[in-house]
Parts: sequence; C-alpha cells; structure tokens
Amino acid sequence: MSARQAARRRKALLNGIARHGFGMGVALLFLAPLAWSILVSFKRPIEARKPPIPPWPVDGATLDNYAVLNDFGAGIWAHAGNSLTVALGTVIISVIVSLLAGYGFSRFKFPFKNTLFVLIIMSIMVPFQSILTPLFLILSALKLQNSLFGLILVYVTLQLPFSVFMMRNAFDAVPREIEEAARVDGASVWLVLVKVMLPLVFPGVVTVAIFAFLNSWNEFLAALIFMTDQDKYTLPILMTAVASGQFGTINWGAIQSGVTVMMLPCLALFLLLQRYYVRGLTAGAVK
Amino acid sequence: MATETLTTASSPRPTRNPRRRPGRRQLVGLLFVAPALLLVVAFFVIPLGMTAWMSLHNWPLLGKSSFIGLGNYEALLADGRFWSAMRFTLYYTVVVTVVIFAVAFPLALFVERQRPLAGFYRTIYFLPVVVGFGSASLLWAWLMNVDAGLFGPALQQLGLTEKRINILSSFDATFWSVIAMVVWKTSGFTMIILMTGLQGIPTDLREAARIDGASRPQLFTRITLPLMRRTIALALILSVAGSMLAFDQFYIIAQGGPRNTTLTAVYWIFNSSFVSFRMGYGAALSMVLLVILLAISVVQLRILRTHEGI
Repeated sequence: MSARQAARRRKALLNGIARHGFGMGVALLFLAPLAWSILVSFKRPIEARKPPIPPWPVDGATLDNYAVLNDFGAGIWAHAGNSLTVALGTVIISVIVSLLAGYGFSRFKFPFKNTLFVLIIMSIMVPFQSILTPLFLILSALKLQNSLFGLILVYVTLQLPFSVFMMRNAFDAVPREIEEAARVDGASVWLVLVKVMLPLVFPGVVTVAIFAFLNSWNEFLAALIFMTDQDKYTLPILMTAVASGQFGTINWGAIQSGVTVMMLPCLALFLLLQRYYVRGLTAGAVK
Repeated sequence: MATETLTTASSPRPTRNPRRRPGRRQLVGLLFVAPALLLVVAFFVIPLGMTAWMSLHNWPLLGKSSFIGLGNYEALLADGRFWSAMRFTLYYTVVVTVVIFAVAFPLALFVERQRPLAGFYRTIYFLPVVVGFGSASLLWAWLMNVDAGLFGPALQQLGLTEKRINILSSFDATFWSVIAMVVWKTSGFTMIILMTGLQGIPTDLREAARIDGASRPQLFTRITLPLMRRTIALALILSVAGSMLAFDQFYIIAQGGPRNTTLTAVYWIFNSSFVSFRMGYGAALSMVLLVILLAISVVQLRILRTHEGI
C-alpha cells in the first residue's frame, strides 16, 4: 500500500466519522423528547412528579400511570375508542369517496368537469380555521354536533383536495387499454372498478388512507369545538383537559402515558408504511 | 372566494367513444364525483359563503341575529387586542420560518445523496412530523413545567441559573420554547420537501460547473438555489401558511399566556366565536385572516417567480 493510498483512506475514515457523528448527534436530538416522554410514562407516579433526570424509571418500572388514565372522563378505552372510530371512519369514507371521484375525473367526460375538479382542489387554499363558525352552525342544524359522525364528515372534507388529487393521478397512470379490454369482455363499470382498477391503484389508496388516519387521529381544533360533550372527547381533547387540571391535580406521569398512547400508533404506522407516506408528500412537492 | 375567480371552465369535449350513448355516460361520470362534490358544497362552499354573510351580522349563539352592515369590520379596526394577536402571529411566523429553514436546509443537504445510513437519518429526523401537534404540545408542556418538567430543573442543576426559572412566566422563554418545539416537530417535513428539490437537479449540471472551477459556495448560490426556486417557494408557503394558523401549541402549552401575550389570530377567533359567542364578529375576523393568507400566497408566488436568479 502506497503512502498516498493510506492518506486517502485515513481522510475517508475521518470524513465518515465526522458525518456519522453529526448524523447521530442530530438523530439523538430528534429522538430525545419522544424517548423522554415514553420512558417517564413507566415511572411510579410519585417519581413522575419530580423532574425527569434521568428519564428512565429508577425506582422500578410500573404501568400505574396507564391505569390512572381510566379515571379521566369516560375512561381511556372509551376515548381511545372515540379517536379510533373517528380515524377509521375518516379513512374508510375518504377512500371510498376519493376512489369514486378519482375514477370519475380520470375516465369520464361531463359538463364542468375541470371547474369541479379545480373547485375541490382549490378548497385547500382556504384554511378551515376560517370557516369554523359556520361549520359549527351547520353541524348543529344537521344534528351532527357532538356526533363522531359529524366530525368524520368534516375530516373527510378537509382531506378531500389531497385524496381526490392523489386518486385521480393514480387512475391517470393506468393505461386505458387494460380497462377497455375488460369492458369488451362484458364487465360492468362497477366490476371493472373493483376487480380490475382497484388493485392497480392500490398504492394510491394506501397513501390516502395513511394521511386520513394520521390527520384525523391528531386533529385538535375542530374536535375541541365540535365535541362539547365530555363523553365524546377524542384523545387529544381529553388529555388537554387533564393537563389543564379539569380532573383534579395535574398528573404529569399520566399525561405522558396518554401522550405515548397517542404517539405510538402514528409512529408505528409511519415506520411500517413510510414508502406510501413519502409518496404522498412528494406528490404535492413535484406538482 | 378564490374558487369562483380561479375556475376556467373549458367546454366539455365530445365523449371519447361515440358508440356509447353520451348522455348516460356523462351522467355516470357525474355520479362518480357526486359524493365528493356534496361534501365540498356542504362543508366548504356553504360555510365559506356563510362566513362572509355572518360577518355582516350581529350573531349570538342563541337568539336572533341582526344585520349590521360593516359594523363588525369597524369594531375590528378598533380592536387593539386583535391587532396585537395579529402582530404576534406575524412575528411568530417570521421567526419560526427562518429557524425551520436554517435547520431543514442543512439537513436536506446532509440526507440528500444515497450514502450509508442516509435513509435511516431521514426516517429519524422525520419521526416527530407524524406525531400530532396536540401530543407534541402536551409533551413539551410537561418539559417546560417548572416542578415536574425538564428545562427549568436541568438549567438549575447544570448551574446555568441560580434559582429554578419558570419558563411559562416569561414571554421570551415561552416563545422560544414553543419555537424549539415547532422546529423539532416540523423541520423533518421541510427537509423532505427541500430534499426532493435537490434531487431534481441534474447531476451533470453540477459536475459541469465543478469542472469549470466553481467553488462550493458558488455551486450552491449559482446552481442549487436558482434551480430549487419552485421547491423553496412551496416549502415557504407551507411553512408560512401553517404558522399563520398556529393555535394548538399556544392553547395547550401557554393558554395564550403569560398575560395574553401569546394569543394568535386563530386563538383570538376561537375566543370571539366559541368563548364569548360573538359569532358574527368571529366571522369578520376570519374573513380578515382569510384575505391575509390568500394575499401572502399570491405575493410569495409572485416574488419567487419574477426574481429569476435570486
């Protein structure tokens, strides 16, 4: 080995160490708050009342903080159920509505087609925070205030610009010949959509579903305004009420266990389906 | 409101397959998009029109509403607390956007190329993005708590402060802690957007410039930045629009405090409409916010479109 080669190799090694040192350091900063919260949730309640230095349970790990969650409101299972109902409801309705609309916009001609498509997409320009007051009145008029179904409909509408855009692009990417061949064989429009097209646009469906789930599971302001009945609180609303002392002395250990319950499904879903999630992000960026 | 002006109705072209009855086929297409349209009309178009309509009324939660013309807008002009909320929101937006870009741009450059562990770093830096603002705020509210939290006690134990400081009692400490939280939670998102822009730059272009003797900073300012104009515009608009609508973090962490100094525009609308139930007034505030946001988007697009070189 020549001296020059050795020098080059040493330089590459130092570069690598510097790069990964930086990378790992930043990674620690991003992970630290998540880890801190999750670790503290396993402390004994008395220990969790003190500053979390160190974050891990020193006095033995327990699930006491999780057990306490059942004392708030209608109990953690009821509120987790509310959140899950809203999230899954939003996923199912978003997928059905955007699948139909995407197919319609991609494959059919009808009057004002472009106008209607632009109308749906442009609704993303208007922040929903600015139409909350009338939404509240409309939901009340429809007897959907304090109803999880009402909240689901609002969330589906908030997701629509993204979901419809996503699904129309997914259908556009499928060659027309495939569908026409099936049609020639005598299959009905519905059969073609479900049996032939659905498998082909499935990645788009997964992307729509992930965004619908995460955004509705995490949404705060609309749930805060529309769900005034305590039994209907979703998890973020319940835990905020706990943190504001609505259920007695503020128990930070219990709140971090609640935060953990809220965070874990999002983190797991993202890690499992990252590919589809990033596709959704870049679909907007490339546009 | 943007929707009416921006629609460019192109006349429907004749159906592709003339053998099928066009009338029926058109109807089928409309039926497919009908559920989506119904939702957009019921929960977007009508509420948008109602916001404009309600803003011209005195509209209490119960009882009759009365038409008062531009009364709400006159009241709003004189409402010092709304304008200080607006000023705070702008201040927050500028600061948080600058810090997010200062963090996200280097990270995007760091994770852009396919190198060992680049995918791992991307994933980790992105993780906080998928956690909700509600969860993240409750997490940081605890970290910022004076008795059971981390920041105050840690500063004291490290000997940086003599007494244990209560972060939430000072505007600056509250503000910068919230900034830290938002940067932690959203930089990964901006990083990925910027990364797709970086990856869109043809490598031979950079190679050619390097062969021509361009230095690294020159490469960045002359090649990378100009070619990323659209991506930067997108990331900017998303960050600015998101920050202008900030609510969760200030509501959950600080309840608008200390002494109402961290009330944002949306927070003020929320208070007017759903705490004091002056819904007509809340609608007028919403209209102002709406116009400001649309204006920001248009101006940003313009600036980034005309300045070719940056």
